[in-house]
Amino acid sequence: MLRYALKRLLGAIPTLLLVIVLAFLMVHAAPGGPFDAERVLPPETRAALETAYDLDKPLYEQFLGYLWNLAHGDFGPSYRYRDYTVSELIGGAFPVSLQLGAMAMLLALVTGVLAGTAAALRRNSLLDRLVMAFAMTGISIPVFVIAPVLVLLLAVKLQWLPAGWSGNAGIGRMILPVIALALPQVAYIARLTRASMADVLASDFIRTARAQGLGTAAIVRYHALKPAMLPVLSYMGPAIAAILTGSVVVEQIFGIPGLGELFVRSALNRDYTLVLGVVIFYGALVVLLNLAVDLLYAVIDPRIRRR
Amino acid sequence: MISKRRALVYIAIIAAAAAVIWQYTVEPVADGPAVSVLHRGISSDPESVDPHKARSTQAGEVLRDIGEGLLTYSATGELLPGTAESWTISDDGLTYTFALRDNARWSNGDAVTADHFVFSLRRLVDPATAAFYAELVSDIANASAIIAGDMPASELGVEAVDDKTLVVTLVRPVPYLLSLLTFPSTFPVHPGSVAQHGEEFTRAGNLLSNGAYTLDAWEPGSVLSLSRNEHYWNNEATAIDEVRHHVVTQEMTELNRYRAGELHITGSVPPDSFAQVQEEYADELHIAPYLGVYYYGFNLTRPPFKDNPGLRKALSMAIDREVLVERITGRGEAAAYSWVPPGVQNYEPRLLSYAGLSQDERNAQARRLLAEAGYGPGNPLEIELRYNTSDTQERMAGAVRAMWKENLGVETTLINEEFQVLLANMRAAQVTQVFRSSWIGDYNDAHTFLSIMESGNASNMPRYSNEDFDSLMQQAAEQVDPTFRRSYLEEAERELLDDHPFIPIYFYVSKHLVSPDVIGWGDNVLDYHYSQHLSLAPADTAP
Repeated sequence: MLRYALKRLLGAIPTLLLVIVLAFLMVHAAPGGPFDAERVLPPETRAALETAYDLDKPLYEQFLGYLWNLAHGDFGPSYRYRDYTVSELIGGAFPVSLQLGAMAMLLALVTGVLAGTAAALRRNSLLDRLVMAFAMTGISIPVFVIAPVLVLLLAVKLQWLPAGWSGNAGIGRMILPVIALALPQVAYIARLTRASMADVLASDFIRTARAQGLGTAAIVRYHALKPAMLPVLSYMGPAIAAILTGSVVVEQIFGIPGLGELFVRSALNRDYTLVLGVVIFYGALVVLLNLAVDLLYAVIDPRIRRR
Repeated sequence: MISKRRALVYIAIIAAAAAVIWQYTVEPVADGPAVSVLHRGISSDPESVDPHKARSTQAGEVLRDIGEGLLTYSATGELLPGTAESWTISDDGLTYTFALRDNARWSNGDAVTADHFVFSLRRLVDPATAAFYAELVSDIANASAIIAGDMPASELGVEAVDDKTLVVTLVRPVPYLLSLLTFPSTFPVHPGSVAQHGEEFTRAGNLLSNGAYTLDAWEPGSVLSLSRNEHYWNNEATAIDEVRHHVVTQEMTELNRYRAGELHITGSVPPDSFAQVQEEYADELHIAPYLGVYYYGFNLTRPPFKDNPGLRKALSMAIDREVLVERITGRGEAAAYSWVPPGVQNYEPRLLSYAGLSQDERNAQARRLLAEAGYGPGNPLEIELRYNTSDTQERMAGAVRAMWKENLGVETTLINEEFQVLLANMRAAQVTQVFRSSWIGDYNDAHTFLSIMESGNASNMPRYSNEDFDSLMQQAAEQVDPTFRRSYLEEAERELLDDHPFIPIYFYVSKHLVSPDVIGWGDNVLDYHYSQHLSLAPADTAP
């Protein structure tokens, strides 16, 4: 098992290298540079800036220098945030995204599974229709519509919750973004759960359990829930990725200093080192998450372990 | 079926969880003396709080709170003595002698001395600093050579005669020098602190400020928190104890935060909600002229616009600016018929020659000019218009295309490009024909607008080059007498406008929502709003 994990980690290094090379070439190929604005810098000032950030060297030298620093854990200075290093910026933004993402995922999972199960148990009832209607709405209305409506209603009109992030302490400022992030996921998970729960409830072993005189609650809890959760669990991988990367819109609407917002801004600013840093960070994160999922599968399923 | 008792237990758990969450959302009431906190919105983080490394207007807004130059501005935009108490100017306009205040202090209590200004101005022009705005002071003796790397920074024409006397020597008279000295790039940094902390001297906690506030914390993408600098020479006049500059990139988010009472002052107002805001917050909306021009530039290095002023004039005349500012921008912008905006000190902008005509007369003349240039129904003019991707730009470009089509029969292809791509294309001047750009003045003088159109200026996007214009600018630069200087500058603008290297479309306005609780707000053309000039209504300590 340990050997397997090590093998996978070593195998990830070429992947990450490829990501770094591609990202490096792409950001440098994009027109414009980090110091460009409508006020064009005089040639001397431009030269001084490029010298200060090693941008005057040939591209391969810049790349090797970058790799060397990276190998020493140094992502370099940000070009746009001249008072900060890339490591500091990512270190500040990622915990915010992670915290929001984790809370949203938890909320989505709990409410999605509960609602889906309830709907499956009362198929074609009013409850079922309500849950499914809600799920359809949640899936079809984009988050950039839901979020502003939530803000207008709960923050501007009723003033129960803060409208923005900075300057508001505590959990209050997280509630609206977490709901906005979780809503589409709740909807999707509810639909998944309902479908698979309905399948499971119709299967033979459930009929046997029922014949033995077990009540619905016990059947769901002890027999049906686990098999019904399998499709939901396999959906969790993409869902986590979607929440961690796809929170850009929510971060912008609520003014949250998270990683998605940082990434978009860095690309627009041609902040080469920051773009690269975030890409590499995300790359490593995805590799690690995939490894973790595969290891979990091995733990759960003995057939995979033997291979 | 879940039993009723169990259902009750679940409800109790949910209620408890809700209660815990609610507990956290309600802000604890602070004990101790009431502290007044001003909440302002800015649209992006500063590049840096190092005055020499900053560039954006947002950085300027923060730096004007934490630093101070030799001079400063009042709330309504009049020059005031800053760290310098008084100054004298030699008769030839080349030597300025500043007397620094005895009680000017850094936030650690150290006195601000003339040596600190010498150190800082040298640092600004030193190529090792790589300052965006080094050029701003290129008229100080030897500055250009130092910026070019041909001379050590120690040769700069600034001298500390004693602790409190600073002498600045210029290579030519610069009547706007005093306004330049309000600009953050000319603010002092504390030499000891730079030596001690190196690159990290700007960190909250390390940064020493000589302005009304000090930087307590900076969370990038979120907020910059400032508090009163007890050692500031004018601390007694500072009313607000703490200032938060909230970074809000989306105008809509900023408006919502204002509506929710989380901000006292917004940095802007979203175009889509402008009409609604005008109605809802008529008394809180501040629209004021701003030193900035929005223009469409011609690429003068390539056909069809190279050596073709008649064609350029025809396109310029066929744009109905009044319609554009009313229907497209719609936030109180003024139609532009000059290059220098109105409201610039000691200056009266010249107007485009056709400004007095009605739009119908302009269209008729434009059609004649187009025909003279060899275009007409048989040989329609086809051009490309480039702009940066955004809703407002798109609508503006679409409206201009329609006007050119209807008034002149010109076929326009719209090309939208990401901002950095557009900048790169404008600079290269290879593929561009007509492009969207703008210019924001750095100081209150016509020079900040006219000088970029001199031959070879890096920001001269149309690549305009006219010896007569250059020579008028040169003559203006040599004048000590402000009246003569002004007439040369005005004549230069006349020359510039007659060549039509660009189409000025509108002049910007500043747009802010200002809470009724804020006292002392003043509109001004530079759109500078120092927190130290403001105060909050007594009952209002937190919004």
